[in-house]
Amino acid sequence: MFVKINGKKEDIQETTLGALLKSKKIEPQMVSVELNDQMIDRENINDTLLQKGDSLEFLFFMGGGSGLS
Amino acid sequence: MAFTEEQLVRYSRHIILSEVGGKGQKKIRQAKVLVVGAGGLGAPISLYLAAAGIGTIGLIDGDAVDLTNLQRQIIHHTADIGRPKVLSAQEKIKDLNPDVEVIPYQKLLDAENAIEIFNDYEYVIDGTDNFPTKFLINDASYFAKKPLIHGGILRFDGQLFTIIPDESACYRCVFPKLPPQGVVPSCQEAGVLGALAGLIGTLQATEVLKLILGVGNPLTNRILTYHALQTLFREIAIKKNPSCPLCGLDPTIKTLEMEVQEVCDFDPLETAHKDH
Ligand SMILES: [Zn+2]
Repeated sequence: MFVKINGKKEDIQETTLGALLKSKKIEPQMVSVELNDQMIDRENINDTLLQKGDSLEFLFFMGGGSGLS
Repeated sequence: MAFTEEQLVRYSRHIILSEVGGKGQKKIRQAKVLVVGAGGLGAPISLYLAAAGIGTIGLIDGDAVDLTNLQRQIIHHTADIGRPKVLSAQEKIKDLNPDVEVIPYQKLLDAENAIEIFNDYEYVIDGTDNFPTKFLINDASYFAKKPLIHGGILRFDGQLFTIIPDESACYRCVFPKLPPQGVVPSCQEAGVLGALAGLIGTLQATEVLKLILGVGNPLTNRILTYHALQTLFREIAIKKNPSCPLCGLDPTIKTLEMEVQEVCDFDPLETAHKDH
């Protein structure tokens, strides 16, 4: 089914958010996910069901800025 | 206090803008902005704020200039290697614009000193590189009720957004807690294209100037991301999260604390950081 991931249309087989992240090798702990403009609670990520036409935004942590941490 | 003849010339390209004018330039002169981190983001942020004529710039950084910094931290020069970053930066700012008062804090921001320092400023800009400090800045800005311009860069990507306490989504509305240690690589581990720091830092400086002038639409409730490899800017709508542990309906964070990063429970090398 077709969904939108970060603005790009993609044809996916997975029906849950957890499976989709897994297929993309994205560890749930390193991403926040918006599904149709709703932030998904981290504990619900694995079980959230996906439907045709869903719009997903993966938001990643970005730390850089200064020099050494 | 009126501007001197020289200042009128110095700021003439601002003053000629109808959105700025003499009145706006005065607002800029009266503004007090705290820049946390005098590194990749802090360099362009503080240089542009200094050039703009910001009255008071506070700079916090506990590090000394290192050779690896010079690829992107353009406020520091080769001769500065080994010098405290805040002093190196203070000198460049003073050279650029002697009107600016620079207050250097040669230390790390922590839960004990954050609120006290933040209270002396009107705006805070995050130019740090580590998550415990990024979360601390978000929380301290919320408790001190100071608008915050958040920014981050990694590899070829960067992002920023503005947070107005109680009004717009905060960092924790999007990222409720720290990523476990090792899950997200740092620039030190993963690298960063130097010019990216200039771009994101300059956007952060622009956003704080807009707040000071009260012009345009602030970058609130949306995250601006930049992907250098595709030359792609994207805007992602966000909103205040009712379950945010800081600014939500039933907050669990009620006092300022430096959150400790959990040790991660999987092998980060197996799961490469993947982006779009
Ligand atoms: Zn929040």
